[in-house]
Amino acid sequence: MSAILPPSERLWWKHPLDRVEGAWIVIALIWCLIMFFMMIFWHIYGKQNLSTETYRTTAAQFSAKAQAVVDKYTVRQEKYGDKEYPVVHPPEGGDVYLIGRLWDWWPIIELEKDKTYRLHLTSMDYNHGFSLQPTNINIQVVPGYEHVVKVTPNQSGTFSIVCNEYCGIGHHTMLGRIYVK
Amino acid sequence: MTTATIYRTCPRSGLQFDTQAEKLMLANAVVAVVFLLIGGILAIGVALTRWPAVHWLAADTFYMTLTAHGIDMLIFWIIFFEVAVLYFCSSTLLRCRIATPKIAWLAFALMLIGSVTTNVAIFKGESSVMMTSYVPMMAAPAFYLGLILFAVGALVACFVFFGTLVVAKRDKTYQGSVPLVTFGAITAAIIAVFTIASGAIILIPTFLMSVGIVKEVDPLVYRTIWWAFGHSSQQINVAAHISIWYAIAAIAFGAKPMSERVSRGAFLLYILFLQLASAHHLLADPGLSTGWKVVNTSYFMYFAVLASMIHGLTIPGAIEVAQRQKGYTKGLFEWLRKAPWGNPVFSGMFISLIGFGFLGGISGVMMGTEQLNMIIHNTVYVPGHFHATVVVGTTLSFMALTYFLIPVLFKREMIAPGLAKIQPYLFGLSMYFFCLVMMGAGTLGVSRRHWDMAFSGAAMTYEWPGAAYLMMGLVGIAAMAAIVGGAIYIYITVGSLLWGKKLDAGKLSNQPTPIPPTPASVAVQSYGSAGFAAPGTFVLAMVFLVAFVLYYFINWKYLSQVWGLS
Repeated sequence: MSAILPPSERLWWKHPLDRVEGAWIVIALIWCLIMFFMMIFWHIYGKQNLSTETYRTTAAQFSAKAQAVVDKYTVRQEKYGDKEYPVVHPPEGGDVYLIGRLWDWWPIIELEKDKTYRLHLTSMDYNHGFSLQPTNINIQVVPGYEHVVKVTPNQSGTFSIVCNEYCGIGHHTMLGRIYVK
Repeated sequence: MTTATIYRTCPRSGLQFDTQAEKLMLANAVVAVVFLLIGGILAIGVALTRWPAVHWLAADTFYMTLTAHGIDMLIFWIIFFEVAVLYFCSSTLLRCRIATPKIAWLAFALMLIGSVTTNVAIFKGESSVMMTSYVPMMAAPAFYLGLILFAVGALVACFVFFGTLVVAKRDKTYQGSVPLVTFGAITAAIIAVFTIASGAIILIPTFLMSVGIVKEVDPLVYRTIWWAFGHSSQQINVAAHISIWYAIAAIAFGAKPMSERVSRGAFLLYILFLQLASAHHLLADPGLSTGWKVVNTSYFMYFAVLASMIHGLTIPGAIEVAQRQKGYTKGLFEWLRKAPWGNPVFSGMFISLIGFGFLGGISGVMMGTEQLNMIIHNTVYVPGHFHATVVVGTTLSFMALTYFLIPVLFKREMIAPGLAKIQPYLFGLSMYFFCLVMMGAGTLGVSRRHWDMAFSGAAMTYEWPGAAYLMMGLVGIAAMAAIVGGAIYIYITVGSLLWGKKLDAGKLSNQPTPIPPTPASVAVQSYGSAGFAAPGTFVLAMVFLVAFVLYYFINWKYLSQVWGLS
C-alpha cells in the first residue's frame, strides 16, 4: 500500500526513474512542444486567426456608427415576422457593424466571396455568442467592447448567426443572417 | 486536547481514524451525495429537454434547472466530497488527530448554509443565470451570498487540512515524507486556496452590485477572474481524483508508485501551471492579446498536460508492476486481463482513468488550442468535454472510492453487491457514449445552454443538419442510462448506510499508533521485459498518443476550411 504510506526512501527525489517513465516523459514533452509551436506556426502561416483589435465602446456610440453604415450601404429591406431588416452591402475592405441585442442580430449583412471585410461586433446588453453556421465560427461578444474581426468568406450562400451565449428567456430566438454572393 | 481524541483502527483495512475526523468525513460525504441526488434529478430535466424529440420543460424552467444542475454538481457535490477526501488524506493516512474539529464543523455549517441559500435563490426562479453568472446579467443577491458563504467554508476546511498536516508533523505520527496520495491532496488544497481567492475577488463585488452598492463590474474583467475560479476549481478535482487513482491502485493491488520522484514532480507541475487554464474560456474573447492567450491556454508550454500524461502512465504502470510481481507476466496484457474487473473499486477507477484521458484529456487540449477554440466555443462540445473530465474523471472516481469507504468508514456491509459490480460499467460507459455524441453535435456547431435547437418562435430560421438532431437524441438516451447508473450508486450508498449490516468497528484507543517506517523497496527495474517495468502500459500510452495526434490534426484540417479570419 505504498502510495498511501510514506515513501520508503526519505529522499524521494532520488528515487530511480524507470525506462518506461523516462521514455514517455521525453515523448510527451516533445508532443507538448509541438502543440505549443503549432499555435505560433498558425499565426504565421494559417488563415484562421482571431483578431485582437478591440476598443471600448458604449451602446449609444456603437449604434450611431452602425446606423451610419446602414444609411450609406443598405441595398434592400427584408421582412422577418413583423420586423424589417436592412441588408447592408459594404465595399471590399470596408467596415460593417453587427449589433447583438435581446434578441436579434442587426442588421443583415451581404458580403462577396473571397473579399475581406472589417466586421465590428458588440453587444447592447448581456454577453452574446456569435456562432456563424453552417461554417461554424464562434466568437464571444462582450458588452462594452468593440471587437473588430477581419473576415474573408470562402463559400457563397446564406449563413445564419446563432446566439450561443445564454442571454435570457428569448435566447433561442436570437438569430441573424449573413449573405455571401 | 490530544488526550480527548479517540482513535479507531479499522479491522478490515488497518486504517486508523480519529473518531472526530470520521464524523466530519461522514457528514461531508453524506451531504455531497444528497447534492448528487438533487443534481441527478435535475439532470433528467436537462437531458429530456435537450433531446429534441422530447423537449420536455418550458424555457424558463429549463434554464433554472440547468443553472441548479451545474452548481449542485460541479460545486456542491464535488467540493463537499473533496473536503471529506482532504480529511481522509490528512488525518487518516497520517494517523493523527484532526486539527480544530470545532472549526471544521464551522466550515461544514458555512458550506451547508451557503449551498442551501444558493439553491433557494435559484429555485425561486430569479437567478437563472447559469453557473457562470456573467455580468451584467444579474441574479438575486442571495445567489452570490450563498456562493460566498460556501467558498469561505471551503477555505476554512482547507486550512483545517493544512493544520492537520502540521499536527502530524509535530506529533511525529509518520517518518520522512508524506504519502504520495497526501502529497496529491496537498496539491489540490493549494489550488483550492488560489481558486477560492479568485472566486471571492469577483463574487464579492458582484454581490455588492446586486444589492446596489457597486455600480458596475466590467464584463470582461468578470469573465477573466471568474474563470480563474471556475476553471481552477476543476483543477482541484483533477488533483483530487488523480490522488484517488493512486490510492485505489495502492488499495486494490498494493501497487507502489513506479517512481516517487516522477509522480510528485508531476503534481508540482500542477501547482505551478494548472491555474493558467482560465484562458481556455477566453480564447474567443475580445480585448486579450494573442501572446496572453497562447501562453496561458497552453499552461505555459503544456506543462500541466505533460503532468497529466505522466500520471496517466504511472498509475496503470504501477498496477502493471504490482500484477507482474504477483506472477501475471504472460504477454503484454495478462496483468490487465487478470485485474479484479468485478470489484467496483477497481473497475470504477480504471474506467474513470481511461475515459478521462482519451475523452476528456484529448478534447480538452484540442479546444484549449487558441485557434481551434473558434470551431467549438460555446457549442455543446464544451459540456461534452467537461462531462468526460468531471463526470467520468471526478465523479466516477469518487463513486469507486465510496465502495471502498462503505465498509471502512461507514462500518457497514455493502448492500446489493451484484448491482455495485455493474454500476461503474453502466454509469461510466453510458457517460463515454454521452460525451462522444455530445462532442459530435458540438463539432456540427450545436449551441450549449440552448432551449430549442429548432428556434421556435424566432423571426428568422436556421435548420441544423439531421445528424445534429440525431446526436442530440442520442445525448438524451445516453444521459438517461447514466442517470440510472447514478441512481444505483445513490441507492447502494444510502441503502448501505441505513440498512447495511453493521460491521465490527475495531479497536478504540486514546493514543494514535504511528505509521511504522516503510522498509526500503527493491528497485522496480528488476521486473518486466527489456528493462521496461511496464511494457503493456507503454503500449497503451502509445495508442493514446496516436489517437491524440490524429484527432488534434483532424481539427486543424477542419479549421483550415472555415472562413478566413485575421
